[in-house]
Amino acid sequence: MRFEGTAHRYGRDVDTDVIIPARYLNTSDPAELAKHCMEDIDAGFVAKVKSGDIIVADENFGCGSSREHAPIAIKHAGVDVVIASSFARIFYRNAINTGLPIMESPEAARGIKDGDRVAVDADTGTITDLTTGEVYTAQPFPPFVKAIIERGGLIESVKDKVGT
Amino acid sequence: MPRPMTITEKLLAAHAGLDEVVPGQLIECALDLVLANDVTAPIAIREFRRIGVDAVFDPGKIALVPDHYTPNKDIKSAEQAKIVREFAREFGISHYYEIGCMGVEHALLPEQGVVGPGDVIIGADSHTCTYGALGAFATGVGSTDAAAGMATGTAWFKVPSSIRFEITGELRPWVGGKDIILHIIGMIGVDGALYQSMEFTGETIERLGMDDRFTICNMAIEAGGKSGIIAFDETTRAYVEGRAERPWTVYASDPDAEYARVIRIDASEIEPTVAFPHLPSNTRPVREARHVEVDQVVIGSCTNGRIEDLRIAAGILKGRKVDPRVRLIVIPATQAIWKQAMHEGLFDVFVDAGGAVSTPTCGPCLGGHMGILAAGERALATTNRNFVGRMGDPTSEVYLASPAVAAATAVAGHIALPEDLA
Repeated sequence: MRFEGTAHRYGRDVDTDVIIPARYLNTSDPAELAKHCMEDIDAGFVAKVKSGDIIVADENFGCGSSREHAPIAIKHAGVDVVIASSFARIFYRNAINTGLPIMESPEAARGIKDGDRVAVDADTGTITDLTTGEVYTAQPFPPFVKAIIERGGLIESVKDKVGT
Repeated sequence: MPRPMTITEKLLAAHAGLDEVVPGQLIECALDLVLANDVTAPIAIREFRRIGVDAVFDPGKIALVPDHYTPNKDIKSAEQAKIVREFAREFGISHYYEIGCMGVEHALLPEQGVVGPGDVIIGADSHTCTYGALGAFATGVGSTDAAAGMATGTAWFKVPSSIRFEITGELRPWVGGKDIILHIIGMIGVDGALYQSMEFTGETIERLGMDDRFTICNMAIEAGGKSGIIAFDETTRAYVEGRAERPWTVYASDPDAEYARVIRIDASEIEPTVAFPHLPSNTRPVREARHVEVDQVVIGSCTNGRIEDLRIAAGILKGRKVDPRVRLIVIPATQAIWKQAMHEGLFDVFVDAGGAVSTPTCGPCLGGHMGILAAGERALATTNRNFVGRMGDPTSEVYLASPAVAAATAVAGHIALPEDLA
């Protein structure tokens, strides 16, 4: 999986309440959720994000609520991959389970600036800042987790298991 | 002999059918309960139907609690709740809680004996970690994990390392479970226990009642923790006897178990604590927060909506009046707590003081309904999160504290200690 897009840069502890505020959780329609993605941290996000863009953030991205609406909103807003120094654990699971690629790289998170063009090779874990020429390497996923991602998310893996 | 293990490692090993586990190991565990609510269950149900099985793994081991936007706050919420209700009927889910018997999930399920010591539980709600207070392993997951759990009765976990908190000494007046956990989160930060289990031990914890223990484990997630846990003891036994619907199993950490960190805390140094916007780790002693005037006080939630919390608040509000500039909203967390509070005369106290009492709901805690803040407004709440926009407008503010501080604040009109009141 290879991605290339513009980086949208955020700080640490980006919580799922600002990714998708609870006032919009009375629906689970992905298109509806995407309209309000990042609304309480960056009101202009939905207007400026382009399909294939990348979110870059510092530590503990996705902390707080377990709402899967958060990775769903990010994915359906057009974001192809999230790079962060670290992820909150429920968000980490939810992203894997729902097929939103995420990469953990403190170096990349520190180096990439807002608006940089970034290329990502999810298979090798290579992150290239095309604006600066810097190359970073993300932590590889454990093989078990990689298998879920390659299968297309947890539900597909479960289907294999239960034989449906 | 297996290696010495923590209580969390023993619980996970037993549910994975293994003699021992080590932190970092990927395992698959049998689940004793899978939980979802009216926000997370609709997506879980959608994903469950994609799997294509014609039954859930065990209709008696799934709990569906419509508590976030119920009683239905608008048409969209009503549609979400309807999806949950119809799924519960179709698949014969016995632990489905309709209006009239529902409650805030993490107060309700322990009260009803649906979760118990030794269980492994996943819940599509981050505060599922509350049940660790019973000596269970309980962790929040997303809707897709819950869907897989409902179909297979299993979930995968990476075995967490543990941080042991040893808390000893006497608590000061008006200091309780909420102050202990806020103090800890302020100390280690909102990702201080990321991917880890937080094990609370020590004589101070042993002397706490169950309601304070639930409060402490409830907020493990606010330090990034995968779970919080307190070992089973006589207090736990007294709580679960006559309540637990399944036989329970008692686990305890080996004395020589390995911990990633051991943090010792002198309880007498913990002050009544308040978390300032916009992170639960942004804590200060209440005595340094008296300048903060508030528009609203909320007493309730899965963190502090239990009977002890209401008793403490009523003890302070009795014979006093809420400041006319403050809206006080009291939300007992379950029907049983509501009824108990009514019988004890606590509602007379709240209403005579000028407060409003609500039916159980998560409501304002997550900015759902029943007390949303306007632009620039400030609330002090006994809830668990004070993120940007958590209780309403993105420019509003939430301060987190105990029921004692909440009651005193409602009377004073600014953040206050009970001893500040005339």
